[in-house]
Amino acid sequence: MSMRITLNGTPREFPAPVTFAQLLDDLALSNRRLAIERNGEIVPRSRFADSHLADGDRIEVVIAVGGG
Amino acid sequence: MDKLVVAGKTYSSRLLVGTGKYRDFDETRRAIEASGAEIVTVAIRRTNIGQNASEPSLLEVLPPSKYTILPNTAGCYTAQDAVRTLRLARELLDGHALVKLEVLGDAQSLYPNMPETLAAAKTLVDEGFQVMAYCNDDPIMAKQLEELGCVAVMPLASLIGSGMGIINPWNLQIIIDRVQVPVLVDAGIGTASDAAIAMELGCDGVLMNTAIAGSRDAVSMAKAMKLAVEAGRLAYKAGRIGKKLYATASSPIEGLPDWTS
Repeated sequence: MSMRITLNGTPREFPAPVTFAQLLDDLALSNRRLAIERNGEIVPRSRFADSHLADGDRIEVVIAVGGG
Repeated sequence: MDKLVVAGKTYSSRLLVGTGKYRDFDETRRAIEASGAEIVTVAIRRTNIGQNASEPSLLEVLPPSKYTILPNTAGCYTAQDAVRTLRLARELLDGHALVKLEVLGDAQSLYPNMPETLAAAKTLVDEGFQVMAYCNDDPIMAKQLEELGCVAVMPLASLIGSGMGIINPWNLQIIIDRVQVPVLVDAGIGTASDAAIAMELGCDGVLMNTAIAGSRDAVSMAKAMKLAVEAGRLAYKAGRIGKKLYATASSPIEGLPDWTS
């Protein structure tokens, strides 16, 4: 069962359901200080391991960058 | 000691600095160290998918254990976008509540959209955020932000990144006179004298980014700004003399020798 999501504005396809932890691992972002929003709602870091992405999810992964 | 208190926390430095526009992280770190700032702003942006995982991140260069990180909402044009940005920031920073709210009106002026700023401030205060709000230099708006529960109001001196300095000191003075929470000038500072003037007016602090990062020698300018903010604050506390149209001699008028003899 393949799954399509939008990750930071770019469409992505996964062959099978994945958790947020697996997604971050896949992106080599596991040890980064970041935050995730799914369809406009925060996904707490404590839920990364047991929360699965769903087909059609719009995911935003953000970090802190230089700014005024 | 004469310290800055924001949301119950005490700071020795009254200079707050942004972290954008530096050449690299090394210059960022050195300039911010030279500025003596304890509160530094950061922006929240999408992570670059596929970036080298070994690349350092800004928060490794400026660790939250050493600096008070102030996430901003730069680039947000609606209350909703700003609120979402700061919810992400709070998650990113482990529940950290102190934030800089800015809701912009248009891309050319980056002038604050005050109706959206007020709406966002209300939501954020209700959700437990400690809101430092970028605003126009309108005393009524500043007062309303205070009444909504903002922990500081941050009127512009002039447009963001313009370097035009303080174009309406009288409005700033009215805001300082009427608002009880800290008033920090945010945006428009061009050089050290602008920062000193802001502090001499009685501002509680100054926030700047471009004036330092865009200067030829950012580390030296950061130090200049640190000294200017300290000098301006000292002058404010010392109480300047009044202005008069005509001269008053500094040396005694009595006791002059008779030069005709």
